[in-house]
Amino acid sequence: MSGHASNEINAKAGWDGKVSPFSAGYGKLMMWFFLVSDALTFGGFLVAYGFIRHSYDGSWPIGEETFDALPLLHGSYPLAYVALMTFILIISSVTMVLAVEAGHRMDRKGVTNWMLATVLGGLIFVGSQAWEWSHFIHGTKFGKVELSDGSIATAKGEFGKINSFTVVKPGTHYHEAGTVITDENISAEEGDLMHAFQHAAADGHLSGSADQLMITLHDGTVASVDKEADKDLQLIVKQAGNDHAVSVASDEETRIHENEGSVDLYYEALAKGNVIYGANLQENEYGPQTYGQFFFFVTGFHGFHVTIGIILNIVIFLNVLKGTYHRRGHYEMVEKGGLYWHFVDLVWVFVFTFFYLI
Amino acid sequence: MEQRDDIIEYSLYNHHSEEEGKKKRKTIWKVTLILSVITAVEVLLGAFIKQGSDFWLSVKILFIVLTIFKAAYIVLTFMHLGDEKKTFKWIILLPYLIFMLYLIFIGLYEGTSVGIRSL
Repeated sequence: MSGHASNEINAKAGWDGKVSPFSAGYGKLMMWFFLVSDALTFGGFLVAYGFIRHSYDGSWPIGEETFDALPLLHGSYPLAYVALMTFILIISSVTMVLAVEAGHRMDRKGVTNWMLATVLGGLIFVGSQAWEWSHFIHGTKFGKVELSDGSIATAKGEFGKINSFTVVKPGTHYHEAGTVITDENISAEEGDLMHAFQHAAADGHLSGSADQLMITLHDGTVASVDKEADKDLQLIVKQAGNDHAVSVASDEETRIHENEGSVDLYYEALAKGNVIYGANLQENEYGPQTYGQFFFFVTGFHGFHVTIGIILNIVIFLNVLKGTYHRRGHYEMVEKGGLYWHFVDLVWVFVFTFFYLI
Repeated sequence: MEQRDDIIEYSLYNHHSEEEGKKKRKTIWKVTLILSVITAVEVLLGAFIKQGSDFWLSVKILFIVLTIFKAAYIVLTFMHLGDEKKTFKWIILLPYLIFMLYLIFIGLYEGTSVGIRSL
């Protein structure tokens, strides 16, 4: 397709003293060499990730358990969101290659439309990734708990809605006992009920048991928590303690179910403050610390590449609009930008497999 | 000596006709379909076959094989590397493949030996 210009090329003609080596333009050649070096970087990252994972003998986070959320929806949809992201990136790769093809026919309108579609696809992908990062950082409603026997577990199930807090002991902000705090009248410092609840839990400011929880807010107010019961709370043991063995991913029976006291175990841990929500660079609720670090680093570095790609594509798109390439007589710049853009898609194919599937 | 700065332009004019374009677009859509189907299969396998089940090892190998298939389609068709000169193609692919295979081997081999217990 692209390199086929044999009719026009005299391969023996001097190329500044040498022979035109590959029947390809200098810029395109250099783009390929750059991509090889960039691919080595990503290859190095993924091999490093594999090395750490292979040498870790605890239980590593499982893709379909960790990534099962969808925006605006409750419940578990394993891998659905990341599948959507993958599909978006593949489609934007297709629109890019169609832009290149249109360029070979000097079809300016075609190039314009397909480039625009590619830029939009890229923006949607980065937007999706932002949501995924935000979800990963904030974490699940249950978080990861350390149980009384020293085992560490994540949880699955439907978190019961928190309806309100009722002030028992007034603090500096809520002066009157009996005040009912809801999402409408909660102080800005607390954010919302769920936020206040998780903060208190992580700081060890919850006490009591599942149906009689007491919360201490930032201002010193002590309140009772009116919370609906969780549905089908299961604890997935990730690290064995004295009483509980590690749950096997393929066998849900090895999780701790409600009839085995999952609710009491969970809220006992919560009341002790033994809970981690979400992820940062020090700790995360999904698995070992290095898992979170690799997730942020590799998907972040890929997202950075996508962002750069979008900027390059916008520049090329504007030049197509201005007719720069049409006057030049060829759309090789679209092809070069395309190479970079396909490379970003290529990297994602591997990130998808090694971070989400395996 | 006469400067031949025009020569670099040669390969840039790789225009093709409307009929050729039609054929190429057909290939593009065919590859799109293949990539989408492979992704869908991967997601379904990933969502329904649990890690640690009896099939897991084969599924894992299948994932890697499918990934390499996808990568090959992207590189050879979308990036047109399959249409470039043979020497060009292998100058890009061969060093990369040799180095990566070596790195993967080292990673797996040493990863087993190191055995970090807790992180």
